[in-house]
Amino acid sequence: MTDVTKLTAAELGRKLAAKELSAVEVATAHLDRIDAVEGKVHAFLHVDRDGALKAAKDVDDARAKGETTGPLAGVPIAVKDVITTKGVPTTAGSKILEGWRPPYDATIMTRMREAGLVMLGKTNMDEFAMGSSTEYSAYGPTYNPWDTTRIPGGSGGGSAAAVAAYEAPLAIGTDTGGSIRQPAAVTGTVGAKPTYGGTSRYGLVAFSSSLDTPGPCARTVEDAALLHAIIGGHDPRDSTSIPQPVPDVVAAARLGATGDLSGVRLGLVKEFAGDGAEPGVAAAYRESVDALVKLGAEVVEVSCPSFKFALPAYYLIAPSECSSNLARFDGVRFGLRSGDDGKHSLEEVMQLTREEGFGAEVKRRIILGTYALSAGYYDAYYGQAQKVRTLISRDFAQAFEKADVLVAPTTPFVAFPLGSRTSDPYQMYLADLYTIPSNLYGGPAISVPAGLSEGLPVGLQIMAPTMADDRMYRVAAALESALPPLTPPAL
Amino acid sequence: MSTVTQLSYDEAVARFEPVIGLETHVELGTNTKMFCGCPTEFGAEPNTQVCPVCLGLPGALPVANRAAIEATIRIGLALNCSIAPWGRFARKNYFYPDMPKNFQISQYDEPLCVDGYLDVDVDGELVRIGIERVHLEEDTGKSLHVGGSTGRIHGATESLVDYNRAGIPLVEIVTKPVPGTGARAPQIAKAYVTELRDVIRSLGVSDVRMEQGSMRCDVNTSLNRPGAEWGTRTETKNVNSLRSVERAVRSEIIRQSGVLESGGTITQETRHFHETTGDTTSGRSKETATDYRYFPEPDLVPLAPAAEWIAELKAALPELPRVRRQRQQADWGFSDLDMQSVLNAGAWELIEATVAAGTTAAAARKWWLGELARHANETDTELDALGVSPQAVAELQGLVDAGKINDKLARVVLEGVIAGEGTPAEVVTARGLEVVSDEGALTKAVDEAIAANPDIAAKVRDGKVAAAGALVGAVMKATGGKADAKTVRELVIARLS
Repeated sequence: MTDVTKLTAAELGRKLAAKELSAVEVATAHLDRIDAVEGKVHAFLHVDRDGALKAAKDVDDARAKGETTGPLAGVPIAVKDVITTKGVPTTAGSKILEGWRPPYDATIMTRMREAGLVMLGKTNMDEFAMGSSTEYSAYGPTYNPWDTTRIPGGSGGGSAAAVAAYEAPLAIGTDTGGSIRQPAAVTGTVGAKPTYGGTSRYGLVAFSSSLDTPGPCARTVEDAALLHAIIGGHDPRDSTSIPQPVPDVVAAARLGATGDLSGVRLGLVKEFAGDGAEPGVAAAYRESVDALVKLGAEVVEVSCPSFKFALPAYYLIAPSECSSNLARFDGVRFGLRSGDDGKHSLEEVMQLTREEGFGAEVKRRIILGTYALSAGYYDAYYGQAQKVRTLISRDFAQAFEKADVLVAPTTPFVAFPLGSRTSDPYQMYLADLYTIPSNLYGGPAISVPAGLSEGLPVGLQIMAPTMADDRMYRVAAALESALPPLTPPAL
Repeated sequence: MSTVTQLSYDEAVARFEPVIGLETHVELGTNTKMFCGCPTEFGAEPNTQVCPVCLGLPGALPVANRAAIEATIRIGLALNCSIAPWGRFARKNYFYPDMPKNFQISQYDEPLCVDGYLDVDVDGELVRIGIERVHLEEDTGKSLHVGGSTGRIHGATESLVDYNRAGIPLVEIVTKPVPGTGARAPQIAKAYVTELRDVIRSLGVSDVRMEQGSMRCDVNTSLNRPGAEWGTRTETKNVNSLRSVERAVRSEIIRQSGVLESGGTITQETRHFHETTGDTTSGRSKETATDYRYFPEPDLVPLAPAAEWIAELKAALPELPRVRRQRQQADWGFSDLDMQSVLNAGAWELIEATVAAGTTAAAARKWWLGELARHANETDTELDALGVSPQAVAELQGLVDAGKINDKLARVVLEGVIAGEGTPAEVVTARGLEVVSDEGALTKAVDEAIAANPDIAAKVRDGKVAAAGALVGAVMKATGGKADAKTVRELVIARLS
């Protein structure tokens, strides 16, 4: 008998449509898998078994009545715990939101429910999406299914690990500096950051508003595209949402899977050509470029000199915005409240709540951002970082005159051992060296498996111009078709 | 603390020159809040007009209200401002429990409207007040601090917050500093706020009611010796009526002059005005200036009102109050002095509405500046807060004109209206005040009066018509004042001739 959990979302969708499987069977198989492996992976913060089975039954009932259902109706999904889910706990990986049940669904959540996706539960993450290893979760780390002594990447390590460990065929991540792509790279899965504004942020607990982008996590490029098509598109509740339809990413993925890239110009970013990457990562990167060339792609070298300022600019912009976004966590209206014992003043209660509720990395960034926005420092820090952001966008624009997509490694290193970088924030920040430029620019980028280094997955990152998300899906699917699939060892 | 010399107001303005500035907040009367779809009605049960956005729940995002942007541009245009072709909202960061997000979405260095002016008539003289900026922001919730001695956050045992007001669109209108007003500073401040209120009301974008807080005023005051640089200013808050604007400036001039005259220095601070005592007390000091860490609001796209739209809004502006007043003064046949007293009493729009309800301007003026102004003075209320509508005044005058009541009775009726007994007609009925116009009843009363006063009657018969007054008085007494004296007089003379 086929192991249902090993099927892709597209395959599950087809079998569900053909009534070879029921949504309840599919949900049950995944819930059982979660029960079996969660002890080793800890991808979830909350498993909503009852909610999942009910949603699955609703899909089955609708199908039995002959109601039209979409391509992913009845397919299970795991959702990063930074997305609000009505009545289902949402913590953003923080103690300060422990027990909070949002009174509303995020827009992407609404769209997924309407498409018949079955939410299994909420996945682990670095607190407020600040981190690259999921070790900054207030609820303990997630373990990489490839090697449970290693990190699954972050901040969306839970979503990537859930997909890699066959706990879910699909997951939702959010990408502010690489939080979808870097976990995808180190877990051997696919993760796409859509164009900023291409997926709604309404209901995404904000870290850095001008950078946060929800997107799909999957085991195949086509699955990622199918999910992207469901969650994407204009949302009047998000004023930064782009009032245009999402490019046809599913068709692009299917076109890429035919293995023909003739006429596609790959821009190799000179500044990211393996410098700073581990030798095994650099080697896998070169081999995957070679594979793409064999499929007909042309290679051009592009120079993006401002990319070297991306990391420092990001660590001013993101903390600045987060220092303001996280001000609302004060114990007054929701979540944790500390010191409310009649002995402390309101101001003290707010202080105690924040002191107890936030972890060290979140506090570090709030302090950094508060400083960067302070009178007298604003121009030198936040203002300067915004100028860098403009320069980076200019670099992208110039590069896209010569190339259709840009390629680079997703992250400089393979999954590192738990605890190896937590004592040095800068070493942790380096994990996002190659992913941050796309966030600052706003264009889409995807990480797709590009082989192994020392037995651990490596990702290739493909970056495209804003609202040309289809291009990266085509190239990613082509690479996927040319390389042998990566399968993690049994847990 | 050293003793502080206390100067009189006249001494203060003789020795110091005041510089004033006004920051006025106006709640817009849009149907929905600034960044969400919640209703904006005043007076609902606490926390019933809220949603994830205006409660600042995690994940919620603002979307700007186009009607509020339009209203702000119209205010800017009416105040002769330039409208920015491009601008952004900014976050003003500070922690306070009535601020759901602990930042306020406001505008900082890119306000929607800049550099305008408002012409104000002060005792027939034109004073031009410069407008620095007009910008749009969201209102906060309302805190209620229970326990403790001050009713403020410090020392409170319990704090309650109502978020119904949180997110209501708020327009802030900031004047340029106004120097050179001398002794008239308080009067000019009041005249400016009055004119601003009238302008905004004429645009129909807010009900601008200071007593409900839909218009709020902060008054900045500083003093300097003649020829010296401007002094340190204080910002007086909690100024909740037009009268208070005048009183707050006056009180701050007296207070600051005392401090300066004693060799002290003025602290840059927020002060609170107290309606009951008419003075101000120190609020939080701004010496350690709060750093609001303004930065462009990343959740909102920039505002870029199209030039055509601005031109359309400009073309559609209504007749502004100054122009309207000049036209009406001519229509009503009021002298400059008449008009000035009308304006000083805050009676202009009330008279306008009374005339619109069918009364002559002279009669409307008589009521609002006479009986009603007296009553307002006695009870320390604004005319428009007396609870007497222009329609009621028109109805009252209509009853007089129809001979249903006389002037004396009308004053009694008005008391009834003020006391909330109903419309003038209802009060007349309820109190039985209608004049006795039944000729039969009157004739009977006249005959009785003649019979009771044969000597006087004889005098009248002899042609001493002036003596009829005593008989009229007797009839009036007998009818409880409800007869029309003129009719009675005619009847008496007719009977005796």
